[in-house]
Amino acid sequence: MSSLLKNSELTLEKADKIVSETLNNCDDGELYVEDTKSETIVLDDNKIKSSNYTSDLGYGFRAVTGDTVAYSHSNDITEKSLKNSSENLKSTLKNNSGSYNSEIKKTNQKLYKDIDPIESKSMKSKIELLNNMNEYARSKDKSVKQVTASLLAEKKNVEIIRSGGELLSDNRPLVRINMSVMVEKNGRKETGVFGIGGRQDYDEYLKNDNWKKVCDEAFRIANTNIESKPSPAGEMKVVLGPGWPAILIHEAVGHGLEGDFNRKKTSAFHDLVGKKVASKGVTIIDDGTLDNRRGSLNIDDEGTPTERTVLIEDGILKNFMQDRLNARLMNTKSTGNGRRESYKHVVMPRMRNTIMLGGTNTQEEMIKSVDKGIFAVSFGGGQVDITSGKFVFNCTEAYEIIDGKVGAPIKGATLIGDGPSSLKEILMVGNDMMLDPGIGTCGKAGQGVPVGVGQPSLLINNMTVGGTQL
Amino acid sequence: MIKDQDYLKKIADICLSRSKKQGSTDASIMVQSSISENVNVRNKKLDGSERSENLGVVLTTYLGKRKSSIASSNLKENNLNELVDRCIETMKITPEDEYNSLPDKDLHFSGLKDLELFDETHLSNEDKINYIKEAEDEAFSNNKIVNTNGSGFGENKSNFLLANSNGFVDGYKTSQFTAYCEVVSKSNGSMERDYEYTSKRFYSDILKPKELGSIAADHAVKKLNPKKIKSEKISLIFDKRISKNFLSIFANAISSSAIAKGTTFLKDKLNQKVFNSEINILDHGDIKKANGSRYFDSEGIGIINLDLIKNGILQDYLIDTYNGKKINRKSNGRASGTTNLYFENGSKTFNELIKSENKLLYIKETIGHGTNIINGDYSVGASGIMIENGEFSYPVSEITIAGNLNNIFQNITLADDLEFNYSTNSPTMHVEGMIVGGK
Repeated sequence: MSSLLKNSELTLEKADKIVSETLNNCDDGELYVEDTKSETIVLDDNKIKSSNYTSDLGYGFRAVTGDTVAYSHSNDITEKSLKNSSENLKSTLKNNSGSYNSEIKKTNQKLYKDIDPIESKSMKSKIELLNNMNEYARSKDKSVKQVTASLLAEKKNVEIIRSGGELLSDNRPLVRINMSVMVEKNGRKETGVFGIGGRQDYDEYLKNDNWKKVCDEAFRIANTNIESKPSPAGEMKVVLGPGWPAILIHEAVGHGLEGDFNRKKTSAFHDLVGKKVASKGVTIIDDGTLDNRRGSLNIDDEGTPTERTVLIEDGILKNFMQDRLNARLMNTKSTGNGRRESYKHVVMPRMRNTIMLGGTNTQEEMIKSVDKGIFAVSFGGGQVDITSGKFVFNCTEAYEIIDGKVGAPIKGATLIGDGPSSLKEILMVGNDMMLDPGIGTCGKAGQGVPVGVGQPSLLINNMTVGGTQL
Repeated sequence: MIKDQDYLKKIADICLSRSKKQGSTDASIMVQSSISENVNVRNKKLDGSERSENLGVVLTTYLGKRKSSIASSNLKENNLNELVDRCIETMKITPEDEYNSLPDKDLHFSGLKDLELFDETHLSNEDKINYIKEAEDEAFSNNKIVNTNGSGFGENKSNFLLANSNGFVDGYKTSQFTAYCEVVSKSNGSMERDYEYTSKRFYSDILKPKELGSIAADHAVKKLNPKKIKSEKISLIFDKRISKNFLSIFANAISSSAIAKGTTFLKDKLNQKVFNSEINILDHGDIKKANGSRYFDSEGIGIINLDLIKNGILQDYLIDTYNGKKINRKSNGRASGTTNLYFENGSKTFNELIKSENKLLYIKETIGHGTNIINGDYSVGASGIMIENGEFSYPVSEITIAGNLNNIFQNITLADDLEFNYSTNSPTMHVEGMIVGGK
């Protein structure tokens, strides 16, 4: 029973017929139908600046043969529109012929509840919450000059109709609570940003006045940065804090281990399976099966159940992250990493929750071992060039380390490194593994998808720090 | 086919009349229809095709100073009615904001529409594939090019209608033809990627495929076997594809929303010297066929040309109705941001610029998001080519460049090689004395 086609002129039976007939001569493909409702409420400059509600319904029809993908999407859920799409797919693939692989794993995985986080809290109480966050953050200190707070909730229901009539579905809730505080002191301005979220109702994240902790943390970061001094420039040792700094793992190695770049041999890792790519003691997984996490999914956007995929085990490269297309072309199985931003986007291998597992060292001994270096506690955005392996990060909270002790905060430091070599530069892996607070969005080829990261504290031997102090 | 104005008008009328009936005092609506067709090839073989048909509506309703918005891609009448009702319900309990209102009627666009923003040309998928294969063929004729990351050709046509309860109703069609070629070079164990990109409203204006392929190949080959350099203070030359980013940063820093909130390093700098006196920055929306040209902004306000920086002095902000009220200024039609934003040409030639010092670092690519417009701190990852005695000598990578935009803006010298390839354009740029982080 399809619930998304329930009220449309295009019945499941008609859709099935067009899908099966179109994909008959193809290696793979599916009709992906998506119904997404989302709500964003923003408080800015002491006012509720906007409340937006979006309702988006559409389909994406995909046919794959060999390594050629034909894709057509539309908001018009009718038999006529789907037939047009079908003609379009057939014309792209007219010179190819394949045989449909109808094999797909089944699951009863329930990693999150089928809830609607938008409706679970009234508009009135959401506005009240934002006002409370604003007042509380401003009351922390008179140096707080600007506050932006926002609430985002989404309910995304997807259905995947494969050739032969198989129907797979998933209902995915997602919320995020964000806070940004600007502090001004002695003519200097700095901001602090913090947020929390995941695949549960707002109230799960608001228990025990948790929203105050979000405000406290944003204020603490801004207030730390107002005392910061210019960052040093040059190569030095770097201690990374646990949790969110794992976006370094996500950029430095995660993207390079996605199946498409390796099938196309454009990743710096493509010929390194079975080889040592990281220091001993380094194990990195990509796990889509953690309860209620932002990067978790019951099934991916091709219908494959997600799993816990070991990427690097004790320093040795084990697996890439695969969708069905790249897995087939590389003679392996999908790891449930086939994802897309929406029905308007083609599937590609994407990360879920990418985590470096804990080791045995303490953060204290890492810092103690450094004569001159930096201690990076939180990052803003990062970016990687998959082919050359170079990646960068912008520290949003970092300190200098001098003679084994944490010193003054430093501002605006950029870290740059080389993915494959920086993993071999890891000297110590901490015993304090932590997951991020649930705020990550990963961008690839113009598509954003929610992801998670996690790691323990790490000591990296040598990274280039970009600052203004020579 | 994209939907015509009559269809878009019908959708707008349904929403506007329902809003009024349900008790809103004002409303504005944007209805859009677009079709884009893209083909991708990789290693000279068809990699995929994509056809997107998009319909969408965005409605904002007002009850005095209360406001709320909805957006949807489902344009069935019963769904639209449900959403309008939801919007009104939310609007009624949203707190008042004294600055909320429709735009000033007197500023509504009215005039001729003769900017030539729509090209009817339609290329079959076959033609698109041929164009992009020819580009890749040309790239592969360079023997250091071993692979491609994919190259593509896209054709986009769209039509929109904007209407509000103050009587504004207008819209128009636009087109965009885009091609890119991204190739991978390899030599002595070094692997690098680079690209070239072309995007124009008219098909006849985009780069010829052979040019696209050969420029992409040339970029990728020049990056091979890079060295890492020592940390030092050095003057930089920014390639045109990077120098234009400083204009985008500047535009963010003078948006009325950042000015009103005080979250920009250019707050309170109006009529002050922000750049050195050689620098002029213009935002002109009326250039024929140009990517950034438009008749009116997302509120229906007619575009006027702005001279944002004259002889280094900040003359204006980018203002929309809401934020304009906060800072006591009328909108200048920038609710959708800048139009064609550009630096006027400098007085030096490219060659004079690269010979101006014995040692210069030419920046061809930056990565990362290291711009803080609140305090002007700038720190990004970069790669490029070292210039010694006026000659390009060796590629450089895995470095960072850092400085503060207040200083950077004062230390810019521009070449005289401005071209209108994008909506934001800059000549080649020399910036004196920045800090490079390396070994």
